[in-house]
Amino acid sequence: MRIANANGDGQDCGRVIDAVLSRHQRDATRLMQILREIQEELDWLSPQTLTAIAEGLKLPRAKVEGVAGFYHFFHSEPKGRYRVLWSDNITDRMLGNADLMARMCKKLWLRPGEVSEDQLVSVDTTSCTGMCDQGPAMLVNYRPLTRMTPERVDKVVDLIRHKVPLDEWPAEYFVVEDNIRRKDALLGNDLAPGDALRAMRGPAEMLEAIKASGLRGRGGAGFSTGQKWEFCRNAVGTGAHGAHYVVCNADEGEPGTFKDRVLLSAHADLVFEGMTVAAYVIGAKKGLVYLRGEYRYLLDKLNAVLEKRRADKLLGKSILGQTGFDFDIEVHLGAGAYICGEETALLESLEGHRGVPRKRPPFPVTSGYLGQPTAVNNVETLASAALIAAKGAAWYKSIGTAKSSGTKVLSISGDCARPGIYEYPYGVTVSQVLADCGAIDTQACQIAGASGLCIAPGEFGRRIAFEDIPTGGSFMIFDNTRDMFEVARNFVHFFVDESCGFCTPCRVGTTLLKNVMDKIHDGHGGEYDIGDAQRVIKTLKTASHCGLGQTAGNCVADTLQKFRPSYELRLTVREFEPAFDLDKALSKMREVTGRDDPGAHFHIAHRKSKSGVGAKAGDVS
Amino acid sequence: MTDGQTNSFFLDDEEIPFEEGQTIIQAALTAGKYIPHLCYHPEFKPHGSCKLCTVRIDSRTITTEDGQSVKIPGRAAASCTTPAVAGQHVESETPELLDLRRTLVQMLLVEGNHYCPSCEKSGKCLLQGLAYDLGVMDPHFPQYFSKREVDASHPDILLDFNRCILCELCVRASAEMDKKNVFSLSGRGATKHLICNSESGRLGDTNLAATDKAANVCPVGVILHKRHGFEVPYGQRRFDKAPISADPVQYAPVKEKVR
Repeated sequence: MRIANANGDGQDCGRVIDAVLSRHQRDATRLMQILREIQEELDWLSPQTLTAIAEGLKLPRAKVEGVAGFYHFFHSEPKGRYRVLWSDNITDRMLGNADLMARMCKKLWLRPGEVSEDQLVSVDTTSCTGMCDQGPAMLVNYRPLTRMTPERVDKVVDLIRHKVPLDEWPAEYFVVEDNIRRKDALLGNDLAPGDALRAMRGPAEMLEAIKASGLRGRGGAGFSTGQKWEFCRNAVGTGAHGAHYVVCNADEGEPGTFKDRVLLSAHADLVFEGMTVAAYVIGAKKGLVYLRGEYRYLLDKLNAVLEKRRADKLLGKSILGQTGFDFDIEVHLGAGAYICGEETALLESLEGHRGVPRKRPPFPVTSGYLGQPTAVNNVETLASAALIAAKGAAWYKSIGTAKSSGTKVLSISGDCARPGIYEYPYGVTVSQVLADCGAIDTQACQIAGASGLCIAPGEFGRRIAFEDIPTGGSFMIFDNTRDMFEVARNFVHFFVDESCGFCTPCRVGTTLLKNVMDKIHDGHGGEYDIGDAQRVIKTLKTASHCGLGQTAGNCVADTLQKFRPSYELRLTVREFEPAFDLDKALSKMREVTGRDDPGAHFHIAHRKSKSGVGAKAGDVS
Repeated sequence: MTDGQTNSFFLDDEEIPFEEGQTIIQAALTAGKYIPHLCYHPEFKPHGSCKLCTVRIDSRTITTEDGQSVKIPGRAAASCTTPAVAGQHVESETPELLDLRRTLVQMLLVEGNHYCPSCEKSGKCLLQGLAYDLGVMDPHFPQYFSKREVDASHPDILLDFNRCILCELCVRASAEMDKKNVFSLSGRGATKHLICNSESGRLGDTNLAATDKAANVCPVGVILHKRHGFEVPYGQRRFDKAPISADPVQYAPVKEKVR
């Protein structure tokens, strides 16, 4: 990390901006990468910096400001030289991140979200960083630190206070484990780089094999990969730059998911090989990996793998000496936006826009990246495609169930003895998974992340498969000591942070749902509020523009249905009470007057005893 | 249902003709059938963010084994961005969808700060007009009371962000028609907000002119012309005379007068 703050020096700043813009040929579609690289040098994106970028790219300034303002990891105001972000998934909470963050803030004399007066450091929370099996986790200047403890917090505070550059911090803080606990066909493969490519016998045959294998998308939606590739292959590129593209969706943002991180860390060659297989089938010359900003630390390693593949003739011109088989891959980084896992928002982001989902149709297979036919596939789907290319469709089809062929990699976290990565053939039961990872007294499993399904013990006989419980891979476990209301409340807060804000139901509805949950949490909730929550959930589901909004209420709907007592416990009012707390509002006056006697308090219990009449709905307002 | 000659679909059981490429709302408004909407404007590319125009497409009624009729709701979609398809059955004025629209209007009413009596747009505001027409009696949800700024830096135009419903009409008008890109959006989710194209962030430092389309397209009371206010007496304002749904044709293609 650089210590001198170049924003104080206009000339220095100008040189940095110019160098980055030149590196990207002043190509406006590369705005995301340009903003990130400039921020890495200058710590933040000042108004002058944004103006200079806009001028350099010949874009309206407001457009550049709007893109910078969309992503959590871009700062249009100073956030300190050390930017600490605590991962705030429910699994981090269960491992005690709140106490650790409070400890850090206290030691740094900071409040969450604020920058220290000397502009040295800020501490805040961020959505799940994908380290759930080794939390509590945090990011410092977008580099992950795992397994945080009180001792580690104290040491980090010292390092920050003494302005020690990040590169000189103890290396063990940055260790990210793969924690692969169960291997099957994919993770246990014995393929060498190039094996899958050498086994291919022509694009049409390869497409047939993918179709015959029954491979379906591993990101969660489960669309047939063969069909997707066929649509894309048959679509025609438009305009002077007509082309086909392969995009690997590595924006693994679903809370509790981290299998793509492990696939990219342990099996990057297989993933890139899968992209090359896709390119061969659809006729693409270029592939893009959209890597979530939280995985920035993998970038250099991935680029090194790509470089090696080019040297080995597995990428670039005339792959394996085959004339006309040209394909190369570039890694693009996201900047902290869950919504970019939605494929059309991802494409918008790749083109340098705000990550707002497009309207469909047209679908990416006909009009994707830069309006061209594009196959967007999940990391695991592509790795599986490479496996199929090497080992054949029939072999792959024989694994799993009739409707779900192959294996699924699960990211397991929460209350179990051995959290980590587990690969199973499709059709495995939830109870089998729980037994294998050492979960006891399990109260609930949240499968497929915050937007997924919450199941109770009576459903643990159900199976992980497209025909029963489909999942992108997130599998969070909660034992009997956990409060399922708090689990749902954590997820609802997540959706507020991550809604893109494009459509009314999601932009407003996620906040309204959060407000209801907070009101219930604060002890002001009644049946009226449950009714409100249900009305908002229905609106979200029916009218939202994309999957984020449509599923944002699932966690509340599921827990209301299956874990109602965790809500009932908190419903202190029979019908309705305003969220506004009169007694709390008086606290300022008590502070000023130094009084704390019963007469300086206003609360319903007090009023009830005085008037002898129970408070009725709404009579406080 | 389709004879291959004339293209038409059914909107609440009424046959609506359409031209190839038209979306459901475009065909409906042309045929004089009103579907509530805020972010849709006939002069701009529809983008489908307000969701007021949500309809259900191709609901089915099935008979169960014990002889009961059960309605399977069709898919919900924004009618402004969904292409019309021959023969499809579109529902708009159902109790469920009217309730949904009321909820959406209520969401917009609590998100911003809408104090109609003191607003210049009162009586011709599309949000207010829609709320009355849908029978929205109160905002229902607790108000956000969000803190939003007013920008009076421009000589002719005043911006009151308190009333912004993020329909992006000014953004689209400035980009597509005026070719100026004066407005854009920043932030996201609950913090999404309108911004101006200047380093200071002030409208006065942009090249917006009062005659620009962007300065005359706001459906609510954000973009206001200075030195004009409350010129039409109560009782004679646009929606005093007839509700918003009364004349879809007049409503949809209306061009605001440029001062």
